[in-house]
Amino acid sequence: MLSVKENEPVVFTDEMLGKFAEIVARYPEGRQKSALLPILHEVQAQYGWLSVPAMDSVAAYLELEPIEVYEVATFYTMFFLKPQGKFVLEVCRTGPCCLVGAERIMKHIETRLGVKEGEVTPDGLFSWRGVECLAACGYGPVLQIGPEYTFYENLTAESIDKLIEDLKDKAAAGSR
Amino acid sequence: MARKLLLTHIDVPGIQTFEVYRQKGGYRAVEKALKTLTPDDVVEEVKKSGLRGRGGAGFPTGMKWSFLAKPEGVPRYLVCNADESEPGTFKDRFLMTHIPHALIEGMIVSSYALGANTSYIYVRGEMMPQIRILERAIAEAKNAGFLGKNILGSGYDLELYVQPGGGAYICGEETALLESLEGKRGNPRIKPPFPAVSGLYNCPTVVNNVESIAATVPIINDGGEEYAKIGIERSTGTKLISAGGNINKPGVYEIELGLPVEEFIYSDEYCGGIAGGKRLKAVVAGGSSVPILPANLILKTLKGDSRLMTYESLADGGFQSGTMLGSGGFIVFDEDQCIVRNTWNFTRFYHHESCGQCSPCREGTGWMEKVLHKIEHGHGAFSDIDLLVDVSKKIEGNTICPLGDAAAWPVASAIRHFRDEFEWHVTHGQEAQTRNYGLAHYADPLEPVA
Ligand SMILES: Cc1cc2nc3c(=O)[nH]c(=O)nc-3n(C[C@H](O)[C@H](O)[C@H](O)COP(=O)(O)O)c2cc1C
Ligand code: FES
Repeated sequence: MLSVKENEPVVFTDEMLGKFAEIVARYPEGRQKSALLPILHEVQAQYGWLSVPAMDSVAAYLELEPIEVYEVATFYTMFFLKPQGKFVLEVCRTGPCCLVGAERIMKHIETRLGVKEGEVTPDGLFSWRGVECLAACGYGPVLQIGPEYTFYENLTAESIDKLIEDLKDKAAAGSR
Repeated sequence: MARKLLLTHIDVPGIQTFEVYRQKGGYRAVEKALKTLTPDDVVEEVKKSGLRGRGGAGFPTGMKWSFLAKPEGVPRYLVCNADESEPGTFKDRFLMTHIPHALIEGMIVSSYALGANTSYIYVRGEMMPQIRILERAIAEAKNAGFLGKNILGSGYDLELYVQPGGGAYICGEETALLESLEGKRGNPRIKPPFPAVSGLYNCPTVVNNVESIAATVPIINDGGEEYAKIGIERSTGTKLISAGGNINKPGVYEIELGLPVEEFIYSDEYCGGIAGGKRLKAVVAGGSSVPILPANLILKTLKGDSRLMTYESLADGGFQSGTMLGSGGFIVFDEDQCIVRNTWNFTRFYHHESCGQCSPCREGTGWMEKVLHKIEHGHGAFSDIDLLVDVSKKIEGNTICPLGDAAAWPVASAIRHFRDEFEWHVTHGQEAQTRNYGLAHYADPLEPVA
């Protein structure tokens, strides 16, 4: 993942541009706006969030007004409009998962990470938030971690502790 | 053992791959349709099958297809609704994960029937792993000549693409989905025009649920009449039910429509009974939007008949004493669950997911959430319960799309059937913070009403 600061200009790599072109080709001529959501996902996967310059570059690429990108990015909850932790733990908070203990799991994550919902840990590694039903209600409590949106099911306090340790190891291995 | 049509080969190792799926008879429906049937023949078989939309509304699929406008020289589209965001529902994810080619095969057969040459599968964005699975399946099918130009030498062309959503429940509503697929905010459109006349890019469009599309495969293989032999009345065929909550065996089950609800909950073949040996308090039978029923009403209708897993039986008694099959998201509550808390949770969901276009929905869901929060946290008054009913009535039927109804029904039904539990939260505000109301009388047999 590349990092990008708030006002830093964003220039897409050739690899990303190649992917964008592949996406645009899925729609009829003149309907390139349909590529907006898939491209925003690609951009977020690359930078971890959507900065204004990143959205402006997407607008330029798709020949849209910047506002057309902002209004979409602000509507859909998957898009982050400010920097997040390297790993964002998104825990389902909806009814069926609550029947099997999702509220306890969220409390545990809050205590374990020591930050409130939406905040980033001082080491920059983690943030967490409650999200709505992830279509995995039979395997609850569940959480997902982007950009691959890997699922972790039937969560317990122990499995959360292990997951957090594993992610720390993964981050340490990556920065070595 | 009940008959299975969609999940027959679910346990076969490697069934995710084209090769194994094909060995197990996969893509025969495409061969049969493209080589021996006209598009209208396919529509006719689907009509005969009695298949009803599996996305929640239960509209007959064949009839929907026959409404598709066919102006000369205008492309037509099939869009698969794989947004699956209705709380309690996780069957489409299951199908796409474990047997993706069933959807791809269904998409080819259905696109052929509708005369679509480009089709999209709109998958909720959180299902990135499933998106990758489908993309791989599409590549495999294309490689084998089942997609692309001149499929099986029939002269029929089809390209299939997967589109990710962005995490918005409203995009499951078909016109919001089309807006989203056009790269816009997911605001539902005012109907008419219906998508069948003006849908994606203003062209005639059919939107169908994943399971509806996958069901066309056995319908074409065995014929619509065979399919219609399964089930009862106007509930034909099999249905995927995703069962969750306080049961021993949560998961996705393919049932023959007509199975008694009691058997579904207690038999080891399905949910395996209530977890921890507890007693059943309530069920939301078809996804969070449908009315919640107490144990006594979900097992038996007010007439005293066994309640069955069919569109008709679950709806028996209307909203006074019945509910809906909906999306097949079956949520089971044990005796220790708090109905007030769950209602507040669901309402927070609808408030969060309202697109904000219509004031009754945008404001009303917020009001209901606040009032329910107050009652749940021990600060409610009796008048708040009536206020909730009043607000829910003012939302219902007064919005562009049915999200408003979907938000109103859970509140109205919870108060209709569990009013004393709400009242107890008012009179015992402090106590309600430390214990739940329990099972109370909700499982007591009711006097049959003729
Ligand atoms: C708020 C809302 C959310 C919906 N979500 C879904 C969904 O996730 N999946 C789905 O197939 N249908 C969903 N629907 C129903 C669709 O609008 C549409 O009826 C359905 O996709 C049609 O397909 P079918 O006839 O095959 O069921 C939703 C409807 C509403 C009002
Ligand atoms: S309620 Fe948590 S995944 Fe559905």
